[in-house]
Amino acid sequence: MDNVKAIVLRAAGINCDLETEHALELAGAQVERVHINRVIDDPAVLDGYQILVFPGGFSYGDDVAAGKVLANQIVHHLSDILHKFIEDGKLVLGICNGFQVMIKTGIVPGLNGVGKLSLTDQVVTLTDNDSGVFEDRWVHLEPGTERCVFLTPGKRLYLPVAHGEGKIVAKDVDTLEKITSGGFAAFRYVDTDGKQGPFPVNPNGSQDSIAALTDSTGRAMGLMPHPERFVRWTQHPHWTRLKDRDGMADGMTIFTNAVNYVKENF
Amino acid sequence: MADYFLQQYKGLNVKQWRFEISSKQGFSDISGKEVLESIGQLNISSVEDVISEKVFLIEADFDQDFAERVGCELLADTVCQDWHLGKSGIPAGPMQASVVEVHLKSGVTDPVAESVKSALADMGAGEVASVRTARKYVLLGNVSEDDCATIARRILANDCIEDVIFGMDSDPPSPHTQPYQMEVTEIPIRELSDEQLTQLSKEKDMFLNLKEMRTIQDEYKKLDREPTDVELETLAQTWSEHCVHKTLKSSVDMDHDGQKIHFDNLLKETVFKATKDLNKDWCISVFEDNAGVIEFDDEDAICFKVETHNHPSALDPYGGAATGIGGVIRDPMGTGMGAKPVANTDIFCFARPDMKLEDVPKGVLHPRRVMKGVVAGVRDYGNRMGIPTVNGALYFDDRYLANPLVFCGNVGLVPREKCFKNAQPGNLVVVVGGRTGRDGIHGATFSSGEMTHEHEDIFSHAVQIGNAITEKKTLDTLLQARDANLYESITDCGAGGLSSAVGEMGEKLGVEVDLKKIPLKYAGLTYTEVWISEAQERMVIAVEPGKLDAIMAIFDAEDVEATVIGTFTGDKKLTLRYDGMQVGQLEMEFLHEGICKYDRKAVWKTKKLSEPVLEAKDNYNDDLKKILGSYNVASKEWVIRQYDHEVQGASVIKPLMGAENDGPMDAAVIRPKYDHDKGVAMSCGMNPCYGDIDPYWMALAGIDEAVRNLVCVGADPERIAILDNYCWGDCTRPETLGALVRASQACYDGAMAFGTPFISGKDSLNNEFVCEDGTRIAIPYTLLISAMGIVEDVNRCVTMDVKKAGNLIFVVGLTKNELGGSHYYKVHNELGANVPKMDLETSVEISRRVAKAIEQGLVRSCHDCSEGGLAVALAEMAFAGGLGIEADLRGLAVSDDCIKPDAMLFSESNSRYLIEVQPQNYDAFAKLMLNLPFGQVGEVIEDKKLLVHDANQNTVIDAGLDDLKAAWQKPLAW
Repeated sequence: MDNVKAIVLRAAGINCDLETEHALELAGAQVERVHINRVIDDPAVLDGYQILVFPGGFSYGDDVAAGKVLANQIVHHLSDILHKFIEDGKLVLGICNGFQVMIKTGIVPGLNGVGKLSLTDQVVTLTDNDSGVFEDRWVHLEPGTERCVFLTPGKRLYLPVAHGEGKIVAKDVDTLEKITSGGFAAFRYVDTDGKQGPFPVNPNGSQDSIAALTDSTGRAMGLMPHPERFVRWTQHPHWTRLKDRDGMADGMTIFTNAVNYVKENF
Repeated sequence: MADYFLQQYKGLNVKQWRFEISSKQGFSDISGKEVLESIGQLNISSVEDVISEKVFLIEADFDQDFAERVGCELLADTVCQDWHLGKSGIPAGPMQASVVEVHLKSGVTDPVAESVKSALADMGAGEVASVRTARKYVLLGNVSEDDCATIARRILANDCIEDVIFGMDSDPPSPHTQPYQMEVTEIPIRELSDEQLTQLSKEKDMFLNLKEMRTIQDEYKKLDREPTDVELETLAQTWSEHCVHKTLKSSVDMDHDGQKIHFDNLLKETVFKATKDLNKDWCISVFEDNAGVIEFDDEDAICFKVETHNHPSALDPYGGAATGIGGVIRDPMGTGMGAKPVANTDIFCFARPDMKLEDVPKGVLHPRRVMKGVVAGVRDYGNRMGIPTVNGALYFDDRYLANPLVFCGNVGLVPREKCFKNAQPGNLVVVVGGRTGRDGIHGATFSSGEMTHEHEDIFSHAVQIGNAITEKKTLDTLLQARDANLYESITDCGAGGLSSAVGEMGEKLGVEVDLKKIPLKYAGLTYTEVWISEAQERMVIAVEPGKLDAIMAIFDAEDVEATVIGTFTGDKKLTLRYDGMQVGQLEMEFLHEGICKYDRKAVWKTKKLSEPVLEAKDNYNDDLKKILGSYNVASKEWVIRQYDHEVQGASVIKPLMGAENDGPMDAAVIRPKYDHDKGVAMSCGMNPCYGDIDPYWMALAGIDEAVRNLVCVGADPERIAILDNYCWGDCTRPETLGALVRASQACYDGAMAFGTPFISGKDSLNNEFVCEDGTRIAIPYTLLISAMGIVEDVNRCVTMDVKKAGNLIFVVGLTKNELGGSHYYKVHNELGANVPKMDLETSVEISRRVAKAIEQGLVRSCHDCSEGGLAVALAEMAFAGGLGIEADLRGLAVSDDCIKPDAMLFSESNSRYLIEVQPQNYDAFAKLMLNLPFGQVGEVIEDKKLLVHDANQNTVIDAGLDDLKAAWQKPLAW
């Protein structure tokens, strides 16, 4: 399919929708930003798209906990249609607040079943950074699986994080083991040599340095870093020092992979 | 203990459910830890640990099963939190425990509660009467009642907005308020004596002086009736210093060292005059709208506004600063037909955060608490709005102890064809966004007066609490409505609330409003309170009746409240009704033009100061490290990283860049349109220290610094617009006003020389505090110059970090013996006399040539030389680039009197740029700088050191970069 269509879901407090739309357009998708109220009124709206993105921001102010109120809304109103969307082989991407929403609805890691949304079976969460405050800084990311369609295996990315609640924590040791050994960790925070390390290499204290989670299909991914903030070289934090500013900016990897996947599989 | 209490609500038996949420064992209790740390800073050692919990109080008609679902599905994150229904007991164990609960006062905005309410609806909770949130702290240890009270007051709660409950047994304050019984109140004024008029102004917190009260009295004598309360309040709001800037617009007789100068209107003959005389064709709208507007490209314009929110931030740092940024964002939103906010700036002035507790007077919060609260407030509001905070500054001086300064700025992008408003008679007045409550009443008048130790109690209602998400929703829908041409005019509700917003919008037309129609947060507000409330997140628009349905559909679709509250009439009157009954009527002309003019006296006597004699040294490493580690110069990374400076995906020059992303950039650049390489650069300049010597040179230095910072990153010096924000003391003192006149004269001279028009400005006067013992603390004269420039192609931007060993370092601009007010003197507790001055013609030429060198690609890095002088600038460039610099002061262009190495190293002479040039570009660069004072002072080296040799080839600085960087990063690495 050449005509790849992506929907960027808006809600009160979502604020990265415009740059996410732009990144997807650069990757070759046709994009619409749609408010969640419209999707709740007419869930069939989703049928027209192959990629669904939960963008970053502070949905409902991150009141109670980051992404919680929007996750609650989605589970109560859109569980079925999202289940179908994922079952149909379509792609779901959550960035920052979108990842928080995906983890709190259970879409990732989806250990209770693919595309099964629930508020009661949460096995892993994103909670307060160890630093205790919101921080905006750049991190290196190493792919942790070959299954996930959004990443290019072996290709490390350099992207910014900007969040206060990005620490990944599993319910117990067994769950963490399942995530690690089952290839659910899509990206890990590493240093310039590819090694895991303490703050600031791991900016929030995430268990096992996990920065992103996928599900068992590899077609849903949530990540804390913001790929849409590095789609051109002048966004790099030391671009004025770089000799080589040709080639694709790191963030585009994720959007391009998504669009190419749809082109090849639909 | 029962899990709930039964109550009656809308005829239903609602139960009051209480949920307590705590961290699970093994998960850190961040808020508890923070409180414990703060208690340590109070020197209270009896508290051994602190447990913090979140409390939710929900009045609803659901049952126990449902309540349990609410606990585990919504309120608690069961991976890392425990939840408990009802009141939990004191934790078991040998340690004693004291319980403190902090509840919001009734009527204070509680955004979390509102979100929980809507989430409960999604869950199908049925009737929910109220949701409230609270914080519970368990202090472990043998804590005395006194200590407990101190901890509550100093750390846990803010009296202005919160109630504290000690122990386990008390009930929280009721969330319900009494309904309002309408009653029109007249205030007899015609027969009052002068004394009684003054008394009335004071009693009603009107902050109007006798002359103004008499003007009002005369008007009502003419009208042959008494004013109603709402009429008087409207006049007080509209005539407040905050709203009309009566001091800066008054006529002034200045005595400058015996020489007399007269101004008919100070502002019009200085700041405004520069803009008028420059007459730049790229200025679109200046000093007339909520923000100043200039051209960006053929399709769009950009606007910029900087506001202060000082008094509220002194009382409630978090809420004051949050609503400061929230308020200034609404200025571009209300400029023209509404701009899209694209960047925030923040500049704060505090007392030293390590000040001793006993040196903080009664009624004043400790500067560390103020700073933490202010930063958190700006962070939470700015980040939630999704607007990058890209530029700022922090300035420390103990005279800001009781009057911290919080400057918040916002830049917006607006289509060229939407830069002007056009309300017509017959248009409907529609209020959009937040509901109206009792918050922020008298903010405009209160911020116009000086503060005392009693302000905390008297003006607690002036504090406003913001809800960023309400503002974000409002913004999202307003931009849609703007692009669909569904309204004719827009403005924000700021100081003075609806009284100012509607009053201004209807100034030329006349307007009629029914105050009963305004949606309220809770019952009980009088019509006057509704009219002057400064509740946040409200915008006012004028809508043609035929477009009402279409615009309402846009608001409805995204859960934004909008209400028709009146009509623009054309009768040039302001008519206020309540439920149809008239409660006040004022002539627009009297309201806006009736304020009397003032004649003020100003005096400036040139200070007799002398230069200190500091011992000459062989080595200045320690001085350099001390300056790098002084609060003003030190790295602000702790603050910067808390701000999202990359949201919207437009950042080009971020606040911190360089080899390790931690070098301090001179200005910020964003690329506000995804498909264009044109950029907007933002910077600021401020140096209150120079004002202690002469505010004239302080103001010029501020303009030069702001322009320099923009030029450093690659902005076009021919396209720079600037803003003024005066924060001053009590200008009824001729000396204080004299200082302001001096600064204003410099504003004119500087703007004319640089060709940089002022496009917007604001002043905040009376920044003084009267302590309990009568001592007065006045802030230093503070003028913030904010600058905005155009970058033709962001790909040509330059940063300040050195790039490559072997490259040459030039200094352009003359270094003079100007250590007066410098940081070098400051770390030696001296002021000095030789304040940095300027030869304007040369300064302007330097900025143009440096810009040309950048445009021609001759510049690898460029850094502004300012606080701390050459030595600090060299050190910053070196450690930001991760490469050393070896410098030789013989290459420095100096004035004849600048002989001593300390003057060369630390002088803060204006108009100087440090520039890194590749060796092969030496000739081209030197040719471009011909006839300017400049010289090659050094070279970038691989060795991670800063080496500086003086004229006699003694090595006066020889320091490792890691050492220098550590000294610079340490003070604010919280």
